[in-house]
Amino acid sequence: MTLELFIQYLVAGITYGSIYAIVAIGFNIIYNTTGIINFAQGEFVMLGGMLSITLLQFMPITVAIALAVGLTMCIGAVIEIVFIRWLKNPSVLRMIIITIGISILIREAALHVWGDNVRALPYFIGNEITSIPVLGARVSPQVLWVIGTCSLMVLFLSLFFKMTSIGREMRACAANRTAAILCGIDTRNMVTLSFILSAGIGALAGAVMSPITYTQYDIGTGLAIKGFTVAILGGLGNSPGAVAAGLLLGVIEAFSVSMVPLAFQDAIAIAILLVILFVRPHGLFGSSAAAGLKEF
Amino acid sequence: MRNTLVLLPLLALVIIVQLLASWTDSVFYLTQLTMSAYYSFLIIGLCVVMGYAGQISLGHAGFFAIGGYLSAALTTRNLVPFQDNVLVKLLDSVGLLLASKDVYGESLLVVTPWAACCAAILTAALIAFVIGIPVLKLKGHYLAMATLGFGIIIFRLVLASAYFGEADGISDVPGFTLLPGLTVSGNFQGRVQNYYIAWGVLLIGMVLLRHLIDSRVGRALRAIHSSPEAADSMGVDTARFKLYTFVLSAIFAALAGILLTHYNGGIGPSEASVMKSVRYVAIVAVGGMANLWGAMIMGIVLNFLSLRGMFGSYDDAVFGLILILIMLFAPNGILGLHLGQLRQRFALIGRKRPAEEA
Repeated sequence: MTLELFIQYLVAGITYGSIYAIVAIGFNIIYNTTGIINFAQGEFVMLGGMLSITLLQFMPITVAIALAVGLTMCIGAVIEIVFIRWLKNPSVLRMIIITIGISILIREAALHVWGDNVRALPYFIGNEITSIPVLGARVSPQVLWVIGTCSLMVLFLSLFFKMTSIGREMRACAANRTAAILCGIDTRNMVTLSFILSAGIGALAGAVMSPITYTQYDIGTGLAIKGFTVAILGGLGNSPGAVAAGLLLGVIEAFSVSMVPLAFQDAIAIAILLVILFVRPHGLFGSSAAAGLKEF
Repeated sequence: MRNTLVLLPLLALVIIVQLLASWTDSVFYLTQLTMSAYYSFLIIGLCVVMGYAGQISLGHAGFFAIGGYLSAALTTRNLVPFQDNVLVKLLDSVGLLLASKDVYGESLLVVTPWAACCAAILTAALIAFVIGIPVLKLKGHYLAMATLGFGIIIFRLVLASAYFGEADGISDVPGFTLLPGLTVSGNFQGRVQNYYIAWGVLLIGMVLLRHLIDSRVGRALRAIHSSPEAADSMGVDTARFKLYTFVLSAIFAALAGILLTHYNGGIGPSEASVMKSVRYVAIVAVGGMANLWGAMIMGIVLNFLSLRGMFGSYDDAVFGLILILIMLFAPNGILGLHLGQLRQRFALIGRKRPAEEA
């Protein structure tokens, strides 16, 4: 393998990896405040892409994306308020089935609204053939947009959780729910907020990646599985771990293309997930002691 | 004995439906009822895993596909090019192969349906066993994702391999002669016969599972479901019981796949899709999780409506909506719901909850 080819695969891997990382962080945010894995996380990404493509007909691209992200955040809030907020101590099985049902409903609604065509946003800068040379390899500027946006999101999220008081309240909620209630934090609002936040980052990632990965009504399930793989790999609830694991999975996938047929690419990611689940259920970077304290 | 007697009215109902359909000249309903019976056969198997052993499986369409696809591939793929292979020769000498001519006069050598059926069931059971050992150690979300992942891998494999027909699936699957004069096939004349075969299989499955649940195994399973730790300390080998029920349900799923594939004369990749698995889980949930009768009745009703095309292009959406509504308002299934309970639940939503419950 030549150096150019190597870099080409590496960049592709990092691009997909950063998208997986964002989906995984979306899982983590909700998991931390509620203990729920939101199986509809991938649908937020799809909605972000689809809504921006539709809104683009009426407004410039930046406004369209901003509005799409805002709308998806509203949808996230509505989902939490309608389906989850009022349940009293639901069992894990019940929550899994409810979020799976939600993801089916969103997907079917998308199918009826947008049809099953593959759509895409236009490239933010230039077009499909615009490229920037990087060490002999050719890289599309859109790839830099994806990587840059994802990095910025991770940066802002970590600042948000460390610096702002709302972020601290959410972390308190994650660390110890009862203690957070005793401190006067409205944990139920924090849960709604976590849904809004993860819907927002999912949608933004979905809009930015749309020009290169395309958007279709059913991309959510695949992304959710990859995102979950990454979340587990990095240790559930551990966001820096998710970034590392996301890049790892993305790069592995990108290089696997040169060895196995494309059709088996998904099977590889899932096989990795299964192996990780069997061998180290607390993830590569998570600690088994901490995992033991979790309910599930 | 009680379990077997309960089935008599049901058997009578099955016969009445057939006679009614024949008298009113609407035998075409029997086709969907036959298919529903096979799907329900899978669903009652899944019901034991989910309701009694308490393990969610989002990969049962995978086992269905393993059964259907293997049986279809073995009974249609021509072995003539491999005639000199030792294995093929061995199978031929034991009488497991069937030689014939196709429509163009080319000689055709395929595995007999019985042998294919046994091979498919064994494969499904073996895969369930191997996968089950590590998977059933997982709980909650991990188990859901692992089984979902298994289902997707099967889906990708059948979709990507030429041997299984890629996106077209496998067609022209021959009939499956269970006994002389008793053939599972989509033949027009055999419609009534196949209706009885399917319902016979379903009722036998019901009897088996009812007995299983009322036996020592069933009590152990219920103990596992209510508290794995307590069951463990009482000396119940929880891991083994979970594994056995998982394998048993995989066999049920594979058999359903085999028979339905022979009945339809083919199988396509949509049978392996995740939505199918989710649909089976939804039906078990609607039936009330730990309720075999509920699972069977709902399996028949919902599959029949879906196969008749009652839900139109909203087919998947209907099942998603059913899942959510049942889990929100009636986690014990639709049959476990009383009207008063329902009113109470609605009252709960309207009322503001006291702070200490938050």
